[in-house]
Amino acid sequence: MSDRSIAWLFVAPTIALLLAINIFPLIWMIRLSFTSLNLSMSYLPLRFVGLDNFRDILTDEDVWARLQTTARFVICSVMLQVIVGFGLALLINRRFRGHSFWTTIILLPMMLSPAVVGNFWTLLFQPQIGPFNYLISIFTGVPPSSFSMTGEVGLAPWTIVLVDTWMWAPYVMLICLAGLRSIPDYIYEAAEVDRASPWRQFWSITLPMTVPFLMLAVLFRAIEDFKMFDMVNLLTSGGPGSTTELVSITLKRAAFEKWRTGYSSALAIILFVTVFGAANIYVKALNRVKQR
Amino acid sequence: MTALRATTAHSIVEATPRAKAVAGTLVILYAVISILPLLWIAATAFKSQSDAIAYPPKMIFQPTLEGYVNLFTVRTRQTPDFIAKLPPATTWYDRLVRQHDMVIAGPSKVVPRFINSLIIGFGSTFLAVFLGTLAAYAFSRFKIPLADDLLFFILSTRMMPPVAVAIPIYLMYRQLNLTDTKLGMILLYTAVNVSLAVWLLKGFIDEIPREYEEAALVDGYTRLQALRKVVLPQAVTGIAATAIFCLIFSWNEYAFAVLLTSGEAQTMPPFIPFIIGEGGQDWPAVAAATTLFVVPIVLFTILLRKHLLRGITFGAVRK
Repeated sequence: MSDRSIAWLFVAPTIALLLAINIFPLIWMIRLSFTSLNLSMSYLPLRFVGLDNFRDILTDEDVWARLQTTARFVICSVMLQVIVGFGLALLINRRFRGHSFWTTIILLPMMLSPAVVGNFWTLLFQPQIGPFNYLISIFTGVPPSSFSMTGEVGLAPWTIVLVDTWMWAPYVMLICLAGLRSIPDYIYEAAEVDRASPWRQFWSITLPMTVPFLMLAVLFRAIEDFKMFDMVNLLTSGGPGSTTELVSITLKRAAFEKWRTGYSSALAIILFVTVFGAANIYVKALNRVKQR
Repeated sequence: MTALRATTAHSIVEATPRAKAVAGTLVILYAVISILPLLWIAATAFKSQSDAIAYPPKMIFQPTLEGYVNLFTVRTRQTPDFIAKLPPATTWYDRLVRQHDMVIAGPSKVVPRFINSLIIGFGSTFLAVFLGTLAAYAFSRFKIPLADDLLFFILSTRMMPPVAVAIPIYLMYRQLNLTDTKLGMILLYTAVNVSLAVWLLKGFIDEIPREYEEAALVDGYTRLQALRKVVLPQAVTGIAATAIFCLIFSWNEYAFAVLLTSGEAQTMPPFIPFIIGEGGQDWPAVAAATTLFVVPIVLFTILLRKHLLRGITFGAVRK
């Protein structure tokens, strides 16, 4: 066999699988987004409604509210994860005794199933019997049953940010640590010869040289948080009211509870285009930073 | 020897002992706080029902295996008279259950769900790594037209929210009778994992010098023999690391599982939250299931320690 035919033989099964499981359904979904298909009334003939679904979504104030909720969640979570993760990376990079053992411990939360995490945090957040409120009450004196982390409009949006940060700050930490370790020692030695202060060294060497890594971490985390469904669905299932209803949860309700397939296909396409577009712009910015 | 130690001690990049101590204290503090929720769950699994919902939350309690027994069995409540008339309990778990006026009616669904998780996890991992190795080898060694575009296409399939992907898959599987089947879930997870496998394995194979294969080809090996006897043995660590990442994904996945399965092919993540006792969630049993479910992940994390960074960034960052 020629190398050329081996190459195609090797790549073809993967491409075929992705075409069957990802691309064909995507094209089908694009077609459905122009219809009024509702699976709970699938006896109705398939009716093409043009861009009606897209118009309905983009003029629906509720959808915009859910998108804002999602944006706030993404921005707050990613920022907190960057602060905590980068801070931890700086500390671990001092290579104290036993740092690699403790790093492994810190990494554990991000390896867990988000759904299982969301589920067991509901126990920890129980107002009466949960240890979280109890600990807070020990430190602040607030009675433990006077507040509910998952049940209060003011607290619930922060609760999902808190759990997401608990889970994913280690992710940012691990990537930042790689960035810090990629800085060659001689740069610091040169800075020391030039008598640059530690503060100056941080701003002129450490931070700029870690930025490409940090941006990569932000990209991955932002995409994942934008897609967030499992952890929040089990922790608050969008509640109370719709204060933590991220757009993936809205999509799930439209598609699998109201069975509005045409409408939810349109919403899914809007979300995909958003992620894809944002990721592309971000990758371009990332490449510019790397080239500097 | 002393000279060497002197240079390292005065090295500029090495932190001072005091800075190290401060850093160590803060990191250990964070690690301990962040691991507490997991320890709490592991402890809850050994609590009795009443200890699990006690106020204030109990840190010291009489450990019991009730949670684990409840996880694996279905029980019915009976009158004390009825239980007194039964033949004496033969096993420790029968005795444990009867103390609460209950009788074991049969096994729960946890074992089938666990087996589903294993079959779907290993099935999709095997397929994804197999397909991924072939594709990664081709991308690494041959000139493929539009290779960068194809690789980007493979990655972009990961950018869709899973709920969005599930909508057309649900319709397609209904037509093909793949809804709630293990085969359907294996194919779906393979498709998701293969993108990770191709990207990771391409990185690993790129690192193996081409000269080895070229020497083998000169010696009269065919391409396939060279791949099997020269490249694969060198890539074994990379393949194992990739396989573990795929396995962890399939093991942990929830969105597809909850939307596309209901019984036959249901895995652990959608099952665990619905372990119900009398009057709501049976927390010790939920905690027991969570513990059993999480232990393999903890072991894998320790095994993967060196390759973790690569895996979570799709091979974008290597050490």
